[in-house]
Amino acid sequence: MANESKSAVDFAAIKADLGSNFKPVQILDNDGNVVDKDLMANFSDEELVDFMKKLVWERALHEQTMNFSRQGRLGFYAPTYGEEASEMGTVSAFNENDFLLPAYRDLPQLIQHGATVTEGYLWSRGHVLGNQFKARALMPQIIIGAQMVETAGVALGLKKNGEDAVAFSYTGDGGTSQGDTYEGMNFAGAFQAPAVFIIQNNGFAISVPRNRQTAATTLAQKAVAAGIPSVQVDGMDILACYQVAKEARAFAVAGNGPVMIETITYRFGAHSSAGDDPSRYRTKEEEKPWFEHDPLIRMRKYLTDKGLWSQEEEDKYVDECKTSFKDAIKEADAVEPEKVSDMLKRTFEVPTPDIAKQIAEFEEKESK
Amino acid sequence: MTKKSYIQAITDGLDIALGEDPKTLIFGEDVGKNGGVFRTTQGLQDKYGEDRVFDTPLAESGILGLSIGLGLTGWRPIPEIQFMGFTFEAIDSVAGQMARTRFRFGNDKNLPITIRTPFGGGTHTAEMHADNLENFFTGIPGLRVVTPSNPYDAKGMVISAIENNDPVLFMENLKLYRSMKDDIPDDKYTVPLDTAKVVREGTDITLVAYSAEVNESLKVADKLAKEDISVEVVDLRSLSPIDTDTIFESIKKTHKVVVVQEAQKMAGVGATVASAIAENAIMSLDAPIGRVAAPNSVYPFAQAENVWIPGADEIEAKAREILDY
Repeated sequence: MANESKSAVDFAAIKADLGSNFKPVQILDNDGNVVDKDLMANFSDEELVDFMKKLVWERALHEQTMNFSRQGRLGFYAPTYGEEASEMGTVSAFNENDFLLPAYRDLPQLIQHGATVTEGYLWSRGHVLGNQFKARALMPQIIIGAQMVETAGVALGLKKNGEDAVAFSYTGDGGTSQGDTYEGMNFAGAFQAPAVFIIQNNGFAISVPRNRQTAATTLAQKAVAAGIPSVQVDGMDILACYQVAKEARAFAVAGNGPVMIETITYRFGAHSSAGDDPSRYRTKEEEKPWFEHDPLIRMRKYLTDKGLWSQEEEDKYVDECKTSFKDAIKEADAVEPEKVSDMLKRTFEVPTPDIAKQIAEFEEKESK
Repeated sequence: MTKKSYIQAITDGLDIALGEDPKTLIFGEDVGKNGGVFRTTQGLQDKYGEDRVFDTPLAESGILGLSIGLGLTGWRPIPEIQFMGFTFEAIDSVAGQMARTRFRFGNDKNLPITIRTPFGGGTHTAEMHADNLENFFTGIPGLRVVTPSNPYDAKGMVISAIENNDPVLFMENLKLYRSMKDDIPDDKYTVPLDTAKVVREGTDITLVAYSAEVNESLKVADKLAKEDISVEVVDLRSLSPIDTDTIFESIKKTHKVVVVQEAQKMAGVGATVASAIAENAIMSLDAPIGRVAAPNSVYPFAQAENVWIPGADEIEAKAREILDY
């Protein structure tokens, strides 16, 4: 009979415990019930109505943008249907001096942060004027993860400048598998730089479900590897998203280093306007319960019960929004097409000799 | 004037840049207290403090991402990638991000970043330390790629690179680091980033080279001079853009040219030079364009460098072939 040896480590127990510290923060539940009265006390009636309007604005932006897209009036567009609370809640917590590094699905945050809808549409179509916004931000980042390492740098720059500002960035659940996401969080942590990394976990990276990305039971726990605090939040609850992001910002700007937030949300529609069809990889039954989490439903119910909101007001506001979006696309239509000579002129501050030659060649062609 | 090695000339240039502009920052792996694995940043942290010269975690993509973010917030970053072979880890930060910034934002944003990185064979380094990777980087619009071949240019070019408001990849040759010393001015001076230089005048054949191959070409010029063959040597200095005018001027005089590089022949700087000559100056030539380059294999294991890296013998043989054409 073999001696029963004492084991040094209980890996099974460690594994079972890995995600146990993370429970999503929630203020309003699906039915519009307040689950945390103390946190709810932070919001005035006026602010609550403003959050509702932001949700409605983003939903209307999505619907109108999809229409324009189907009509061939827009280029690349990544639908945001379902993610309104996660996006509007978090972005509202930042100041205009804060530096936003969005991913490709984060056009609504960029617009909330100071870009115009017209610029958003020009970005979608592929025109340089879409990137020449006044907002302190980069354009939506197409390379998944690149915004995360850059966020660490922006945050360190703000810290060195002694600014009362943070860098904040977004990526999706798939983006947490990228090396740059880890490097970005780890660098920001090593330099104790004021950054807020927001992971919008909508369950899918195109067709690949969240549980194929990692064995980690939460994405929030990935911040542990960088030694930075993180939190999960109900990404369908705009109040919880706002409150958590506001506290994250305050923590970071006070010199405590970066924070990571995982918002748990759902992409109601396709990955992008470029032919993705979710029925290829997920069933209606899977999707159905998520529609009950619709961030607009709970806010609408809560505010209607309090007499602060009505369907009539909502319809009127949707019309106002859609009119403004139609005006924006007309403005985008009026923009002059780009010229090759201008493209060459923005390659370097001082054109190199070969670029100078090409500028002259194209200017001649363009003058004909 | 002080006699300085290539490496000391770079340190001198960095010191001047840090002293002149409080927004300049040097960072990378071991560049702080340690002074860099080759001592290129020796003493700079002591002189300018940890806020200006600092170590980073070991992650190249993070280092260049950090540079981008710092550049966007008003700083002038001078990151180091310890060996050029490790730039593979950070290609997106260079090609996908920083080189496009001015273009993307229609001149509203720019990135004044100088990436310093050592490369080049002949010192028996471990794998991925000596690879000549300029072939990748010279194909990136919005990025300047430069490499000095001597201490004078090293100092003047590193200062110019740092002062430039667009990203510059500054390639430092490992073999040249300590193998030569020149008298160089102690004060600040600059060397332009996009001009080649005729380092030796001649009338019979032009050798176009850069980095360590400039010295190999000069050896060939010395040797052929004994037979009254007059060799002109052009040091490209900038690999992107390439100063073709200086090359065309030279071949108008010599009518024969050999393009020399240490990198593999495939899709290289030499191919760009040869095609520019073929497109624009073919009528100046009395013979085909000669090329000397490394074989199209992976960079050799240390013991095989001597049979792989093209040196003076290969250049001489090719020059004679073109001269006798």
